[in-house]
Amino acid sequence: MKIIDLILSANASLLRNKGRTALTIIAIFIGATTLSLTNGIGDGIKAYLTKQVGNLGNSSTLTITATTAKTNFRSSSGLVKYVPGQKKISSQGGGPNDSEQVALTQSDINKIAKVPNITSVQPTLTVAPDYIATVANPYAKYQFILNQTVGISRLDVSSGVNVNNNSSQYQVTLPISYLSSLGYNTSSSALNQEVTIGISNALGAQSTFVATIVGVQQKNLVGSTAAYANTDLFNALYGFQTTGLPTSTIDTYASIQAVFNPNLTTAQINKLKSTLAGLGYTAETIKDQVSTVFTVINAITYVFDGFAGITLVAAAFGIVNTLFMSVQERTKEIGLMKALGMGRRKIFALFSIEAVLIGFWGSILGIIFANFLGKIVNNLATKGFLKDFPGLNLLSFPAKASTIIVVGIMLIAFLAGTLPARRASRKDPIDALRYE
Amino acid sequence: MDAAIATKSLDKVYGKKDDRLVALDNINLSIKAGESIAIVGKSGSGKSTLMHILALLDEPTKGVVTVNGVDVSSLSEKQVDLLRNKSFGFVFQQFFLNGNETVLDNVILPLKIAKVGRRERHKRGLEVLKAVDLAEKANAKALNLSGGQKQRACIARALINNPNVIFADEPTGNLDSTTGGKIEELLFKLNREKKITLIIVTHDPDLAKQCDRQINIKDGHLAERKNS
Repeated sequence: MKIIDLILSANASLLRNKGRTALTIIAIFIGATTLSLTNGIGDGIKAYLTKQVGNLGNSSTLTITATTAKTNFRSSSGLVKYVPGQKKISSQGGGPNDSEQVALTQSDINKIAKVPNITSVQPTLTVAPDYIATVANPYAKYQFILNQTVGISRLDVSSGVNVNNNSSQYQVTLPISYLSSLGYNTSSSALNQEVTIGISNALGAQSTFVATIVGVQQKNLVGSTAAYANTDLFNALYGFQTTGLPTSTIDTYASIQAVFNPNLTTAQINKLKSTLAGLGYTAETIKDQVSTVFTVINAITYVFDGFAGITLVAAAFGIVNTLFMSVQERTKEIGLMKALGMGRRKIFALFSIEAVLIGFWGSILGIIFANFLGKIVNNLATKGFLKDFPGLNLLSFPAKASTIIVVGIMLIAFLAGTLPARRASRKDPIDALRYE
Repeated sequence: MDAAIATKSLDKVYGKKDDRLVALDNINLSIKAGESIAIVGKSGSGKSTLMHILALLDEPTKGVVTVNGVDVSSLSEKQVDLLRNKSFGFVFQQFFLNGNETVLDNVILPLKIAKVGRRERHKRGLEVLKAVDLAEKANAKALNLSGGQKQRACIARALINNPNVIFADEPTGNLDSTTGGKIEELLFKLNREKKITLIIVTHDPDLAKQCDRQINIKDGHLAERKNS
């Protein structure tokens, strides 16, 4: 028989027992739907996170901290030796993870700048402004957090633009959650408005800086809820904040941002990291920092996939059962085909194709149904509990994943079909054609 | 000239030791091309077993079967399948038609197995249906046919590959005498006009008498008797 005739025959035999076929397909369908949905949630969240990573930092930026030798008083190796000149930022005790952080200084910056492939090095500076208020209503003062934009490639700005680090104008972007307190009803009404930022220095004096709102950041899951300042504004604030401090205190940084050549391959980036590790620094790209989250999401997805897999195994036994019945019922037909010269392998193929077709229809229908459910859930979610997270699709169904599911289920169905198909192929035509 | 089908010292034994059952014992047989042969005998005599072995559906325990002079045991399973498909036609007492399919679809099954294309199948299917006077039923479902029509469809299926030999196992067993008579007429007409070798298993003495030769099987032994 030609392959097309085999497929048509298999299909005809499935249609002959519509009820039984439908029930077997439903079992596969449930498995395929579950698998598609669990994968869809994992993929949806991962796709969103990937998009959001841009909010956290440039992919060619390393966040560098000093590698600290952990002092563990429970270990037998004893205490870690003091290194002359080393400064500490913090030292924490009391919990199970006693830790201390060693400060970085200008000499570290110079050292890192000499590492090949590093194009620029800047300390991560922080400012602690006292309040933010609108110029229009200067007495309504609110606490807030302000970050610099160094190392950040792009913020998810829903209206307006990102701050311009080359502009001499003082610019800020605000998270959407700030707006109502500041008296703005809509994102667009906040654009190009001026805000006053109050800040104190070490001597106890307070000063104010006026900045223009150039953009509004939409709510997201992984980025911070800080406002962002452009370089000139940030430097002005930092300069005022550190007025009166001794130089040695100013020259103390928790971390350093190092920008590297964006053309580096993953292997080269890893080599760069190990070079830095050799110098006593811990270097992480933003991807390293987010990868922990991805690992957790993957793990959860795998667990759910496992459950879906169990339903598929159960469904596979349904296929075995259905095909055994089919072989039993069609004993005479098999005998006749063999008598008329159909080979053993073709009989095997005929029943295998029947199994694969069950898998095919079950998985295709399952994926279509999962897509349909996904649309409804996405719709409800974006109107409901994910209202504040524009751009987040709870479920996503990439074609590649769907294809893998269909092919995988067809393979499972084929394996399930081998037992009945083998039995069919071994039927003796004489036994099959004997009178009863 | 080689015989169409011949056997030499053919034994068929079922079971082992104490359960041994000798179904066929030392059968020597030669069937000429174009001959019509009746294999007769009581039920359980071994006549069906003989036909199955001659039709290459079963293998003998001992002895040789030759088809057109070729020892069948030297052929591969695939070659035997091909031989049955191309050279043999089968007519069964129980018809073995697929009731849910059309008569045409049933008739073209051997061509489907032989990988003949759709258009060719259709054409030849209609031709053989015409030859058995069933052309108007081509698109009817097989289960809606009468007994005689079913057997004619069965003969059409046996004919579609232009076989050298037709094996008919009790072809009139399920039919009344009038319908059975017509089927017999059809089979012998094919034997005469197309020179198709006819091997009929039957316990109907009237049918057996119409054949060139009767092979009487009794307890697995051969007791041949020529028709005059």
